Amino acid sequence: MSQKYRLDNVGYIDREKAISFKFNGKKYFGYQGDTLASALLANGIHLVGRSFKYHRPRGFIGAGTEEPNAKVQLYKDAKTEPNALATEIELVEGLVAQSQNCWPSVNFDIGAINNLLNKFFPAGFYYKTFMWPKNFWYKIYEPIIRKAAGLGVAPLKPDPDRYEHKFEHCDILIVGSGPSGLSSALAAAKNGARVILAEDKPRFGGSLLTDEVTIGNKKGKDWADDTISQLKSMPNVIVKRRSQVFGYYDHNMMVMLEKTKDHIDNPNKFIPRQKLWYIRAKEVLISTGSIERPLVFGNNDRPGIMLASAAKEYMKVYGVLIGKKPIIFTNNDSAYDCAIEFKKNGVDPLILDIRKNSDSSSVKEAKNLNINIKFSYGIANTNGYLRVKSATIGKLNGDKSGYENLENIPCDCICVSGNWTPTVHLSSQSGNRLKFDENINAFIPDKSRQNETTIGSASGKFNLKQSLEDGFNKGYEISKKITGNDIKNSPPTSNERTYKDHDKFWCMPLPKNKHYKRFVDFQNDVSVSDIELAVREGFRSIEHVKRYTTLGMATDQGKTSNLNGLQLVSNIENKIVPDVGHTTFRPPYTPITIGSIVGREVGKHYRPTRKSPMHSWHEKNNAVFVDAGLWLRPRYYKQGNENLLEASKREAANVRNNVGICDVTSLGKIDIKGSDSAEFLNRVYTNSWMKLPVGKTRYGVMLREDGIVYDDGTTTRISENHFHMTTTTAQAVNILAHLEYYLQVVWPELDVNVLSTTEQWAGAALAGPNSRDLLSKLFPNTDVSNENIPFMGFKEEDLYGVPARIFRISFSGELAYEINVESGYGIFMWEKIMELGKEINIEPYGTEALSTLRIEMGHVAGSEIDGRTIASDLSLDGMLSKKKDFIGKRSLNRKAFLSTDREKIVGVVPLDRKTMIPEGSHLVKDNNAALPNPKLGHISASCWSVEYNNPFSLAILKEGKKRIGEKLYALSPLKNISIPVEIVSSHYVDPKGERVRS
Amino acid sequence: MLEIKCPYCGKRSQNEFSYGGDANVKRPALGKEVSDKEWDNFVYLRKNPRGNHSELWHHVAGCRKWFKVSRDTLTHEIYNTEKLNEEF
Ligand SMILES: [Zn+2]
Repeated sequence: MSQKYRLDNVGYIDREKAISFKFNGKKYFGYQGDTLASALLANGIHLVGRSFKYHRPRGFIGAGTEEPNAKVQLYKDAKTEPNALATEIELVEGLVAQSQNCWPSVNFDIGAINNLLNKFFPAGFYYKTFMWPKNFWYKIYEPIIRKAAGLGVAPLKPDPDRYEHKFEHCDILIVGSGPSGLSSALAAAKNGARVILAEDKPRFGGSLLTDEVTIGNKKGKDWADDTISQLKSMPNVIVKRRSQVFGYYDHNMMVMLEKTKDHIDNPNKFIPRQKLWYIRAKEVLISTGSIERPLVFGNNDRPGIMLASAAKEYMKVYGVLIGKKPIIFTNNDSAYDCAIEFKKNGVDPLILDIRKNSDSSSVKEAKNLNINIKFSYGIANTNGYLRVKSATIGKLNGDKSGYENLENIPCDCICVSGNWTPTVHLSSQSGNRLKFDENINAFIPDKSRQNETTIGSASGKFNLKQSLEDGFNKGYEISKKITGNDIKNSPPTSNERTYKDHDKFWCMPLPKNKHYKRFVDFQNDVSVSDIELAVREGFRSIEHVKRYTTLGMATDQGKTSNLNGLQLVSNIENKIVPDVGHTTFRPPYTPITIGSIVGREVGKHYRPTRKSPMHSWHEKNNAVFVDAGLWLRPRYYKQGNENLLEASKREAANVRNNVGICDVTSLGKIDIKGSDSAEFLNRVYTNSWMKLPVGKTRYGVMLREDGIVYDDGTTTRISENHFHMTTTTAQAVNILAHLEYYLQVVWPELDVNVLSTTEQWAGAALAGPNSRDLLSKLFPNTDVSNENIPFMGFKEEDLYGVPARIFRISFSGELAYEINVESGYGIFMWEKIMELGKEINIEPYGTEALSTLRIEMGHVAGSEIDGRTIASDLSLDGMLSKKKDFIGKRSLNRKAFLSTDREKIVGVVPLDRKTMIPEGSHLVKDNNAALPNPKLGHISASCWSVEYNNPFSLAILKEGKKRIGEKLYALSPLKNISIPVEIVSSHYVDPKGERVRS
Repeated sequence: MLEIKCPYCGKRSQNEFSYGGDANVKRPALGKEVSDKEWDNFVYLRKNPRGNHSELWHHVAGCRKWFKVSRDTLTHEIYNTEKLNEEF
C-alpha cells in the first residue's frame, strides 16, 4: 500500500481510508479525497496516454478541467465511459481505468511510428493528403484514420444511470468559489439576495486551497471553510460543489452540471448520477479564476512536465510530490510558490527564470530558503521517452534569439509557468467582446452585454487583495440593486505581497540546426512549426489558422493553448495580439454527458403518453397499441394467433356485416361559443355554415392561407351560439392555435370563444348495419329512427343516467353513430355498449380496421392531406363555397393550382387482386423504363378491402380520374417489387353513399 | 432560452411560448379584391430585419393569449411586450 511519492501530514485527503483501484490492469492504492490523477502521481505514474496524432507518450499537465492529456476510459460493471478526465475523477473503491488512444499498450504503442514520420504529418495534413480520389475518403482513409486516432470507445449498451433536470431561479449566481467568489457571495447574501454559489471542484476555495495567504487573521483555507459554513447556514444561499456552470445562454439562462453520484462508494441506486440545473439568474458574477499557461520549448510534452500551479496543487491538496528532482521554469513570480513548496517538503528544486531579475515577496522567500535560482535562463530541449529524464538548459542571449551556453541537467519533473490566462469563456458566451490587457498579456472581458460581471482573476485582477475587494464590492452593489437592502460590511483583508511583472517571452528558441518539436496544443498535437506553416501558406484569420491546424479544437477547447497560439501568430506576423483577435468560445465549457442533456426523458418518458378513459379495457382485451401522436390507440384486438392483417380484416368485416365499436376519444374536440360563432366557422371552413340548423352536424374542410388543405372534421350546432368542432387527432393542437390566432389577432371584433375539450369527452364510434339496433338498446326511451336521428343529426340523451351526446356521423361508409360522454363515464359507456351489443355480434375495432374502412370508401385522411394537396386534388371541390370568402380562398387562383396535370386522388387495385401495394410506391407507365423512371403519382394508403376481398389503395395520380381504367405499374424500389395495377374510382365501396343515409 | 414577459402572466421561459411571426402583417379583409402581388406579399413575404423586430408570440403552455413582442433579432434583447390592443 506504500505510495512512493506521498507526503506525510500535507493535504486534505483522508489517510485513514485507503482505496484500491486499477489502472491499465494493475492494482494501486490511493486515499479518500484523491483524484485518479493524484493517486497515480502518488504512485509515481506520469505516463497516462498517447497523443492524438503522433502517439507520443503523455502525462499530466494540469490538475483540473484544463487538463489536455489525461483522458481515460472508465469501466464499471457492464458500463464503460470514454474520455473521462483523470484530473476530475474522484477515487472510489474498485475504480477501473484504462489509457486511451494507444495500442497495444501505453508503454509500447505501434501508432508512435507516426512520431518518426512526423515530417509527413504537417498542419493541414488531412486536407492535403486525403482529398483524392474522392471515394477513397469514405472507404479507405477515414476508417483507418478513425481507428488510429480514436479517443475513447463509445459504450454499446444503454446508459444504466439516471440523470435529472432541475430548474432554479436566483438573484445572483456566482460561478467559482475562489477568493473573489466567496467574498462576493458573502456580501450579496448578507444583503438578502438569493444566491447560488457554484464550484466545479470537490472542494471550495479555489486558489485559497493552495496559496499561503492570510485573510483577516486566518489562513486562507480556514477563511474559505468558515465562509462556506456561514453561507450554508443562510436560508437565502445555495452552495454547490462538483457543479460546473458550463453554458451561458440568452437572458441569463445558465446551465450547470452537478455530479451527484460517481464520487460515492456504494451509492444508493436511487441517486441520480448527475443533475442538470437550468438556472435563471437576475445577475451572474463570473469568478472563474484563471488558468496557467505552459511555456513552449523543445519536446515540452514529455511525461513529468506539468504546470507549476498543478504541481503545487498536487502537493498542497493531495500531499503528492510529482517528482524528487524538479526544475521550475517560469517567466513570472507565481511559480516560485511551487518551488518553495517543494523545498518545504524536503526536495531541492532548481528555478530557471526567463526574467533578468525579480524582487517580489516570493522571490525573496525563495532566496531566503537558499533555492537555486538561475535568471535569464531557458530550456532548449528535454530528454527521456516515457518520462522526462533531463533538460538541456542555457543562458538566453541578449535578444533571447539563442543560448550563450547549453548544459544538460538531470530532472524527473519540470514545472512550467508562462503566466496566467483569465477564464473568460462564460463571459464570451454571454456575448461580450474581449479586450486585450497588455499588463497580463491576456484577454479580459470588455463591456457586459447581459446582466453579468466578471470579478477577481477572471477579470485580470491577479492580486489577492484586489480580488477580495473586487468581489466584495460587486457582490454588495449588485445585491443592493436587487434587494434594496444596504447592509454594509467591510471587505476581507489580506496580507500584502509584492509582485513584479512577468516577462512576455514564452516560446523558447531552438538551438542552431535543431528541429525539436515544440508543442502549443497538447491534445491535438499542434506544434510551433504547424502554426508557422499555416501562416506561411497564407492563413491569416485566426479562425482559419485554428481550423487548418486544429489548434484549440480538441475537447479541452484550448484552455492551455489558445493564448499561446495567438501570441505565436502575432509574433510571426509582427502584429500585436489584439490585432490578431481571438476565436469564439462556445458552450459547453467542459464536455458534458449526453445522459445529462436527456435527463429523465428516456424511453417512454421521452414525451407524454395520452390514454383514453377506456385504455384499461383495451389492455384487458388484448389490444395491440399504436402511437398516434402522443396518444396510444388500439391498433387491433388480437384473437388467438392472428396477425395484424388477419385481425384487421376480421374487425372491418364485422363492421360491414354487424356492428363494431371504436375508441375515438383522441379526435380533437373544440367547444365554440359566442354570438359570432357561425360567422367564424363560415370564415375558417371552405363551405357554408350560416344556415346549419341547431341539432345538425356538417362536414367541413379548412385551408391554410396558401390554399393547401389543412384539416377536416365535423362541427355540430348544439344551440344557436354553441358549436362542437372535431379535428383530426394529429392536428388538434395546431387547429386550436390557428383558431385562436384568427380570433385574437385577425378578427378580434368577433364575439367567439374557443376551448379545447378533447380530454373532457370520451368518444365511441358505433358503425355497421346493426348500429341503429344497438342505439335503441342504449337509449330505450329515445326514438332512434332515421327520421328522428337522420344522417348528420345530433341529439343529447340520457345513457342509463349519464348525459350523452349522439352524433350520426360516419367515416366507415356504414350506418354509424358517435357517442360522447364526459370522460369519467367513458368506461361505463364502453362496457354498457359491449354488454348490450353482445347479442348482435358487436366487436371492438382498432385503427387498422378504421383505416381499412375509410380507405375503401375513399375518405381522405392524413396520408392524403399531406401539406401538398389542395381541395380539388382530393375531390373536395364541392366543399369550396363560391358565394363567400374564406381562409386560403384567394390562393386558389394561383397558376399551379389551376393546372390540369395536377396529381389527384384515385383508387388502385392490383391486377392479380392478391398483392398488397406498399404505401409510398411510385406509379409509372413503364416498369422497365430507364431510371429515373418518370413518376405519375404515388400510393398514399393501402388496405385489404373486406368488401371485395382484395387489396385496394388510394393514390395521388397525375390527371387523376381521367386515368380510371388505365393499367400502370406500382414500383417500390425499397422492396424491389413492381406490381401491375389498374386505376379505379377512389370511392370503392358504396360510391353513392346510400348506406350512411339508410 | 429567452425569458419572455407575457402581458397577462408575467415572465416565463421561452419553452412555454410559440412564435407567430411579424406582428405588422395585416391580413387583407375578407371579400376584398386584392392583386396577386398584394396577396403574395401577405402569404409569403416577410422582412428579416437585423435589430428591432415587432413580432407575435402565443402563450401556448399558459394563458393561450397572442401578444406582441419587440425583440432585437441580433442580441435577442426584448425591449417590450404588449397586449395586441396596446401600442408599443
Ligand atoms: Zn400568458
